[in-house]
Amino acid sequence: MATSVLERRAPAVPHTHAKTGLWSWITTVDHKRIGILYGATSFLFFLLGGLEALVIRLQLTGPNGKLVDPDTYNALFTMHGTTMIFLGVMPLSAMFFNYFIPLQIGARDVAFPRLNAFSYWVFLLGGIFINTSFLVGAPPDGGWFGYANLTSSRIIPATAAAPSPGLNIDFWVIGLQILGIASIAAALNFFVTIVNLRAPGMKMLRMPMFVWMSFVVQVLLLLAFPVITVALIYLMMDRNFGTSFFMPDGGGDPIMWQHLFWFFGHPEVYILILPAFGITSEILPVFSRKPLFGYTAMVFSGIFIGFVGFGVWSHHMFATGMGPFADTFFSLATMVIALPTGVKIFNWIGTIWGGSLRYTTAMMMAIAMVALFIIGGLSGVMHSAAPADLQQTDTYFIVAHFHYVLFGGAIFGLTAGAYYWWPKMFGRLLDETLGKIHFWLMFIGMNATFFPMHILGLNGMPRRVYSYPEGLNFEFWNLIETVGAFVLASGFLVFLVNIIKTWMGPKNAPADPWHGATLEWAIPSPPQEFNFPKLPQVGSSVPQWDARRAAGGHLPEPALVSGEGIHMPNPSFWPLMAAIGVNLTLGSLLFIRQLPYWYGLTLFGAAWLFVSVYKWAFEPAH
Amino acid sequence: MSAHATHGHDDDHGHSHPTPRTYLGVGVILFALTALEVLAYEVGHRPTWPLHALVEPMVVPILLILSAFKFVLVAGFYMHLKQDSKIFTNLFVWPIVLAVALALALVILFNYWVKETF
Amino acid sequence: MTVAQAATASAEHGEIDEHHWTSTGLDTRKLAIWGFIGSECLFFASLIATYLVYRGQSLVGPLPHTESQCMLDGKMQACEGIFEIPLVTFGTAVLLFSSLFVVLALYGAQKGDRKMLITWLSATVICGLFFIGMQVYEFYHFYHKGLGYSTNLFSSTFYTLTGFHGSHVTLGVIWLSTMLVLALRGKLPPEKALNLELAALYWHFVDVVWIVIFPVVYLMR
Ligand SMILES: [Cu+2]
Repeated sequence: MATSVLERRAPAVPHTHAKTGLWSWITTVDHKRIGILYGATSFLFFLLGGLEALVIRLQLTGPNGKLVDPDTYNALFTMHGTTMIFLGVMPLSAMFFNYFIPLQIGARDVAFPRLNAFSYWVFLLGGIFINTSFLVGAPPDGGWFGYANLTSSRIIPATAAAPSPGLNIDFWVIGLQILGIASIAAALNFFVTIVNLRAPGMKMLRMPMFVWMSFVVQVLLLLAFPVITVALIYLMMDRNFGTSFFMPDGGGDPIMWQHLFWFFGHPEVYILILPAFGITSEILPVFSRKPLFGYTAMVFSGIFIGFVGFGVWSHHMFATGMGPFADTFFSLATMVIALPTGVKIFNWIGTIWGGSLRYTTAMMMAIAMVALFIIGGLSGVMHSAAPADLQQTDTYFIVAHFHYVLFGGAIFGLTAGAYYWWPKMFGRLLDETLGKIHFWLMFIGMNATFFPMHILGLNGMPRRVYSYPEGLNFEFWNLIETVGAFVLASGFLVFLVNIIKTWMGPKNAPADPWHGATLEWAIPSPPQEFNFPKLPQVGSSVPQWDARRAAGGHLPEPALVSGEGIHMPNPSFWPLMAAIGVNLTLGSLLFIRQLPYWYGLTLFGAAWLFVSVYKWAFEPAH
Repeated sequence: MSAHATHGHDDDHGHSHPTPRTYLGVGVILFALTALEVLAYEVGHRPTWPLHALVEPMVVPILLILSAFKFVLVAGFYMHLKQDSKIFTNLFVWPIVLAVALALALVILFNYWVKETF
Repeated sequence: MTVAQAATASAEHGEIDEHHWTSTGLDTRKLAIWGFIGSECLFFASLIATYLVYRGQSLVGPLPHTESQCMLDGKMQACEGIFEIPLVTFGTAVLLFSSLFVVLALYGAQKGDRKMLITWLSATVICGLFFIGMQVYEFYHFYHKGLGYSTNLFSSTFYTLTGFHGSHVTLGVIWLSTMLVLALRGKLPPEKALNLELAALYWHFVDVVWIVIFPVVYLMR
């Protein structure tokens, strides 16, 4: 069965646009290709962020580290966080949104294919923009949450020796604005796609859990990103135009930044984790040969997490002295979030309970995700109590907590998704032996790196300090952590080897290698450009299992078809042009306080954007 | 919002769009409400004007209520939420709820809770 | 939801038009503009919330309603409250009327009444331009009364809030003008009235934001 797929060749397809070559990628509006672009780009950024983490770990291996100076260290942890969140995990999730939301809901593409391409290009250029700061020697160095006072300070004049002093934060401010545009555009697109492009019969409560969690994420993005946009605008004005939004000397309040930032920042952590929740909820049933336990409870607990997630932001700010009333409110609201999260964990365990488990790499990653997330979730509940938080805040205990949820949770979930969906995306199954090695290296490395941080944190080791003196009993665990970090990194090295080996190997993936439950497994691997020759009819939340059962347990390989009569959207050059316009317009703001004539570039960029948008609006979409 | 609930269902089936006459009527009401807003403002800060003592403490609630009315009129009639799909209404109402909650929370956090405890 | 259920029910029985299928029966672009409006609510909420939090926290004048000490012509002096309520009331009325006009234009577009469409759409664009003009004049006037962008917290929050609203109005005017050009060229027939409806929804939203800004910023002392 497996080899018969690759022998078959696609007949002539007159109405599709899938060609090869660079131009076809630049102008592509195919959600699958854009998904792959997202994946490749964000994986590179992810490796860059990982490299930054390794330098941090090397610096902290022993006391009085000399590898980097304090300023470089500040830049490293700032860019590590910023990169991992905005250029790593979010776009890695976007890869899966792109590729699998349309497939899982039985659609031929997203609602707005050109807007989708635009999102990708803005993300790519924004990611490059923010990292250019390294090349001009001004990397952002104010921490990933860029607290005012550290970031809102005013003009530093340029000198010949340092042509771009103080641009560090400007790169961060403008880079995040650019990335925010990409996120909002993408979120709007996926939101509409999920609401409006479900195949006939796929009611909301028949959607796969990955689609459901993605849906919640899009809503969070749409509602949270405007708030940080405003905060970043204020920060830009404080830095460039002498306003006092966050400046106490002008009557402003730096705490305002914290409120606006965390009103975005807390939903952001669900934006990071919920896609991994969704992926886990796809994988556990398939490899347990059991339907997801408590589907409806899973849906509503996800919605509840998203909803309550907007009411807890100040738990990041207990140390600012908000008073007992506010502290109590935000403590309680935070503890409440543990309930729906507990429901999810209970249901995952209920799903694999009594199932006939297949320990594929994807399954092991997913199970590890649940286990590690529990640890991170529990430490999260610990500092939801304001008095405990005052002891833990700004120590390595917090670093341990969010790495357990974001590495143990999000990255394990996303990696599970990569192993699970790789055959669908590329027609090739990743090597399982290498996969297992990858898993164990990652699992052991992750725990060795991050678990000791709990101990160090409670013993008082502060985060974001570039070194520590000897004699504080920090040496042993820091050494273990650094070793762990390299074990972790070697896991991803094995993953890279696996990718290259698989790439060079034969196309060995059938349409449905895992006996999956959802629609993407009903079509060839990789899918043809139009995905579904005929829109599927859906009668339950596990349509592919229904089909398999109806066929007596064995489904024939789906045939490649000509796609005659299916109209797919035209490729377009204008999304990239519009993205360049966005980057020119916003990027030029970098120099406004030193080089006023730079406004010329701003206007040029705006004009460029204007023309691109009109060309886009008036070109035929089909 | 109450206008929504009471009139919404009659129109649902016929899908009758409002006529220009309705639009004009709503426009007149909007204009009148705006005039009332400015009137409340003027009366509220001029001690010599009639009813000043009565209106002054109530200017803020009056303004908020009038502006909420105008908001609902524009959203319901001009943006057609009254006869359009309820999905659109939800797409507007829930973000507004969150938006108001955000504004209220910030005002409270900065003005009341902190001062009480220091 | 009834539309969606009907569409779903009919799809379960027989053939569907695959290229125009939507699961709710709603137009995809209209759904998107509503989603966008929902997102924009939080944008303006953040700006308004900041304005409210920083109300009365300015260290120097000019202030919106009350007399204060401010720097003008190089020396500190007493300045009166800066708002010109009659001017803004006029602008507010113009913006409200533009909302009425665009809904009439849309009515004309849907009914295929070209004259009605063009008349009221032109009126809308003119109103929009008038509002922008009012705001430019107001800013200019304030600036010359000593209220620069970074003068005090009031000025920074005020200019940022109303400035972003004004930029939304400007975008709306550009969008509606494009629609007007299409209408004049006869490219806005009833079956394409949705193109105007999307622009109109955005325009109404901008109006609705002003309905909040006007009392909250200008009328609450
Ligand atoms: Cu949080």
